[in-house]
Amino acid sequence: MTALTAPFGRFTHSVVRAIPASFGEGALRTCSAQVDLAAALREHEHYVAVLKHRLGLQVVELPADESLPDCVFVEDAAVVCGDTALVTRPGAPSRRKETEAMKQALQELNLNIVEMDDDSATLDGGDVLFTGREFFVGLSTRTNQRGAEILADAFKDYTVSPVPVLDGLHLKSFCSMAGPDLIAIGSSEPAQKAFKVMQQMSDHRYDKLTVSDDIAANCVYMNLPDKGHVLLYCTSEEYPESAKVFEKLKDYTLIPVSNSEKVKVDGALTCCSVFINKKLEN
Amino acid sequence: MTTEVGSETEVKKEPEKAEEQSPAPEQDAQAPAAEPKAEAELPCGETAPPGGDGDAQPKAASPEKERKQKEPSAGKGISRFLPPWLKRQKSQSQAEPREAEKENQEKVDEQQQPGQESAPKSPVSEAKEAPGEELKSDDKDDKHSIGSADTQPAKEEKGDESLERSADVKEKEESKCEEKKEEGETPKPDSGTEKPLLKAAKKMKTVMCHVTLLDGSQFPCEVEKRAKGHFLFFKVCEHLNLLEKDYFGLSYKDAADQKCWLDPAKEIKRQIRNSPWQFAFNVKFYPPDPSQLTEDITRYLLCLQLRQDIASGRLPCSFVTHSLLGSYTLQAELGDYDPSEHRLEYLSDFQFAPTQTKEMEEKVVELHKNHRGMTPAQADAQFLENAKKLSMYGVDLHHAKDSEGVDIMLGVCANGLLVYKDRLRINRFAWPKILKISYKRSNFYIKIRPGETEQFESSVGFKLPNHRSAKRLWKVCVEHHTFFRLVTPEQPPKARFLTLGSKFRYSGRTQAQTRQASSLIDRPAPYFERTSSKRVSRSLDGAPVVSVSDQALRGDSSVAGDKENGREPALELSSDSKSKLRVQGENIYVRHSNLMLEDLDKTQEDVLKHQASISELKRSFMESTPEPRPDQWDKRLTASPATSLRLQAQGSAEDKQRSGTGEQAEVEIEETVVIKEVKKAPKTKDVAPEVVVGAAVAEEAKKEKEGEAEEKEDKRPGGGEASSSSDSHSESEEEAEYHPQVSSVSVDQIKEEPEEEEPKQEAPPPGADPIASAAPPRAREERGAASEGAADEEAHNGHTETRQGLVSVEEDEEEEEEEEEEEEPRLNGDVSRTETERLPQVICCSEPPVVKTEMVTISDTFAAQKTEISTKEVPIVHTETKTITYEAAQLDGAGDSEPGVLMTAQTITSESLCTTTTTHITKTLKGGLSETRIEKRIVITGDSDIDHDQALAQAIKEAKEQHPDMSVTRVVVHKETELAEEGED
Repeated sequence: MTALTAPFGRFTHSVVRAIPASFGEGALRTCSAQVDLAAALREHEHYVAVLKHRLGLQVVELPADESLPDCVFVEDAAVVCGDTALVTRPGAPSRRKETEAMKQALQELNLNIVEMDDDSATLDGGDVLFTGREFFVGLSTRTNQRGAEILADAFKDYTVSPVPVLDGLHLKSFCSMAGPDLIAIGSSEPAQKAFKVMQQMSDHRYDKLTVSDDIAANCVYMNLPDKGHVLLYCTSEEYPESAKVFEKLKDYTLIPVSNSEKVKVDGALTCCSVFINKKLEN
Repeated sequence: MTTEVGSETEVKKEPEKAEEQSPAPEQDAQAPAAEPKAEAELPCGETAPPGGDGDAQPKAASPEKERKQKEPSAGKGISRFLPPWLKRQKSQSQAEPREAEKENQEKVDEQQQPGQESAPKSPVSEAKEAPGEELKSDDKDDKHSIGSADTQPAKEEKGDESLERSADVKEKEESKCEEKKEEGETPKPDSGTEKPLLKAAKKMKTVMCHVTLLDGSQFPCEVEKRAKGHFLFFKVCEHLNLLEKDYFGLSYKDAADQKCWLDPAKEIKRQIRNSPWQFAFNVKFYPPDPSQLTEDITRYLLCLQLRQDIASGRLPCSFVTHSLLGSYTLQAELGDYDPSEHRLEYLSDFQFAPTQTKEMEEKVVELHKNHRGMTPAQADAQFLENAKKLSMYGVDLHHAKDSEGVDIMLGVCANGLLVYKDRLRINRFAWPKILKISYKRSNFYIKIRPGETEQFESSVGFKLPNHRSAKRLWKVCVEHHTFFRLVTPEQPPKARFLTLGSKFRYSGRTQAQTRQASSLIDRPAPYFERTSSKRVSRSLDGAPVVSVSDQALRGDSSVAGDKENGREPALELSSDSKSKLRVQGENIYVRHSNLMLEDLDKTQEDVLKHQASISELKRSFMESTPEPRPDQWDKRLTASPATSLRLQAQGSAEDKQRSGTGEQAEVEIEETVVIKEVKKAPKTKDVAPEVVVGAAVAEEAKKEKEGEAEEKEDKRPGGGEASSSSDSHSESEEEAEYHPQVSSVSVDQIKEEPEEEEPKQEAPPPGADPIASAAPPRAREERGAASEGAADEEAHNGHTETRQGLVSVEEDEEEEEEEEEEEEPRLNGDVSRTETERLPQVICCSEPPVVKTEMVTISDTFAAQKTEISTKEVPIVHTETKTITYEAAQLDGAGDSEPGVLMTAQTITSESLCTTTTTHITKTLKGGLSETRIEKRIVITGDSDIDHDQALAQAIKEAKEQHPDMSVTRVVVHKETELAEEGED
């Protein structure tokens, strides 16, 4: 019911995971870049602090696992919608074990756990965009058709439409929800094309918030009881043009969050947490 | 066809007949009249006209009459409320006896009342004796006193049962009609008596239909062998006491075990062929927003359908949703959670999911606890609010393969066509994107509007398993497109009379229309039992444990089998050319048409001439039209093929098509075009012969293209019958096309429409008119059902007057039913029944918008000579006209094809301040039955200061009050406004 009745973006909990020391060297990346581990740690600490203190979410912090350099990107390990959590089978073999800790955490949160036990299926949570009305799933290097099907199976209430990801790591590498029915989308051609596909597939008309930088289109939207619309978005230092666009949003609590290190390994803002809406025990 | 009961009934009948021989005919007569009433009422929002007041009808003093009159008078206040309930009861009773026989469930009831047997014989007396009491009790029932409900109904049922048995078995349509009437107006016992009487009249072969209702119960219904789908559908709706019936349909399984929708406009027998007369009542069009439904009973039925859909797996849900929906189901069916009473076992009767786990049941219970205090209606509403969000809600899936042979599913829904591969939606074609839908053999094609960047339209083809499935999909698409996307059915504007061979079109009301119609529903919320409550009550009685509720909820699976087709509607005989499209029912059909012509009695030749003239007219009009109408106008209107044609003809000069939302598509008709309007011609008498010219014109245009086929059809002898005739082309058709024409009215607009469109708005600005169908600037003429002989061409014809509003209210009551067996020769060799005549309730709402061009007046459809066609040279009349016609549904049985003999006719005119009322009364005798038809023309003249809506309402009200015994079969509102402005061209 929560899924069906709660306002879009209403979350109570967040699952995050610490950055392992192996992050700097071992994290997968699409382009070679040197990561400043210390800076990354600071960044992440700030990120978690925002969730925990600024927004008052119940943050479940999973310990880092050195054998899993990418483990900080918890989003890829699970897709949570309503009371159902799909524990994924990440596309990168090296990341498959990340789901173990995630699964356990989600179980402890009393979610209905669905696992992908099909060995041919791969799905990264970063390819899953939930709009509040339906799912779009990027078919990317990390997510395949079968994974998308299992996603659809897990969330039967919703339409699941695949979207080819022509460029970028994940679907959400260039888009995300910036509000109810508002999709933030990068200005690149592949991003715009993807948006068109989404629009074509949907019975609903989404508003589009185009930002100049694809990666900056990845923001974190929440609708919190006492704060209303909340948006974590890129800082103006990193993406000045894009930041300006976000800053025009009215009636939002805008929280710029720095992500300069994690982005080097294709980590975006949404990547570092799994949001959950747990109704208070009733 | 008789049923098991046959023998018994026979016996009983005999005596009864003897007793009441004399009254019988009268009753028969009443029946037909009654139906119209019920239907007619809708438009006005009144449920049951007070029966007692006027016995305007010249009826013999038969026991029935007495009853009727008495009854109403006895409990006038109550009587208003009774009808629905009684109806329901009645129908139930019908159903029940059958069940009882089969299941013995009802035996208990029967036994309880020993008197039953005798009852039938002296039903009248009973009725007389305690009509008041019964009414009261009924009333109580309505008001939910469970206790009384349990007992009372039972009694009544018993009586009915016995009666019905006798009657039921061999009842014909007419008898049913009577029943309806009776039900509406009198307590059941009466009906019982009537039935027997009816029997005498029956000579038709009847068949017992078994309809599986949404609650899993069976509704046996006897119909004439040649009955059309809508007859059965009406009976079912009546049984259910359902008014918002346009969302529903009857399905059956064809020889291939595929679920098909029963086409209301076609004969049942021709559709089911050799399949058993077994049907399922299902939701056909899932309303996207159930909260907009007017009545709780409609929502309840939708809930039942969805529960089936969910339990069968057709509507996939997550665990959580299954649980939530299940909890609402419990709340609706059982009320507040009661720990002492509701242990887990109580769930075993319910099926919340295809596979129901203990865990789920626990969750359901947990959630159920949260709904404390929620009424059943609220729980249903919540159920629907959640269910409607499900991604597969209202999606009708069809197996197919894409061009590469990959298995996919095509889903037809309110918004368009969806393509699924496995569970993923891989494509979506919104209706506005689709230019054409067609099928050829087993291939199904859609032509897509070019995108922003594309230059050419593209076609997408899918391979269906076979020809039939392709056709079925095509039909479903056509229907869904029409229902959800158009404001008015796109059929050849011919309105009800025209059908295209393979060009099947949806004939019912569109969602916009049905919403509008339902907004007029004004009856006390009907009482209805939810399945479990029924069960509970029975068990209390000590009745058989077989609870309906169990069956209903759990029986989904079993039922589900049948109902699956709910999702795969395939209208089989789409091509039925002549069937009237208008099918459904009693409610109001609102139609927009350009011109409405009335046809009086015409001969075939006349019809042909007429058509020819129309085509001529059309052509000349098109050519001559100096100015295309305003874009908006066009955009909106387009719903009718005619429009599209016209647009095409005009060339894209205006570009309206695109401009208007770009939604408009052209309609091409390739195959046979059948013109239905012909149908009424000869017999007109009972039914309002009105022909929408606009449509006709459109047709003509098409005809020109296609030529011959039509001619055949036109030739049908009995114009009236033509409609009913069945063309067999349809079946053989291998292909068909449909160009979804969306009036530029966008979906949003459509939604708004219902509310905005009130029967009589002032002439809207040209563009604003939603209905602007191709209606060329011609004055539209309507006539109420013409009394036969008297083809009046009264004020209607010349619309040029400055009248602001012309309202004609016709009431007609038939005193006697015509003989059922009349057959009308058709070209096809088909024998049509009288039913056809009765137009299905059609409400025509045509608002030819502002007519600023030349005025063409066609006074008489059939009489070509009468038609005035003014083209270029004609004086330009600046007028705005708007015509809205409400026509009560008429059941098949009622219609008669034979021209009757005019017995009397009188015209009375009275004037008051700003209204002129012309009352035209005709009595006709045909086939030994007499019919009195009163046609009132009320001309309201004045300037815009007058509240025409109010005036109309008043007029209708008065008419009804004056003739309480009559039923309003048609209300035509014609508005003309003379434009003060300067002329344009």
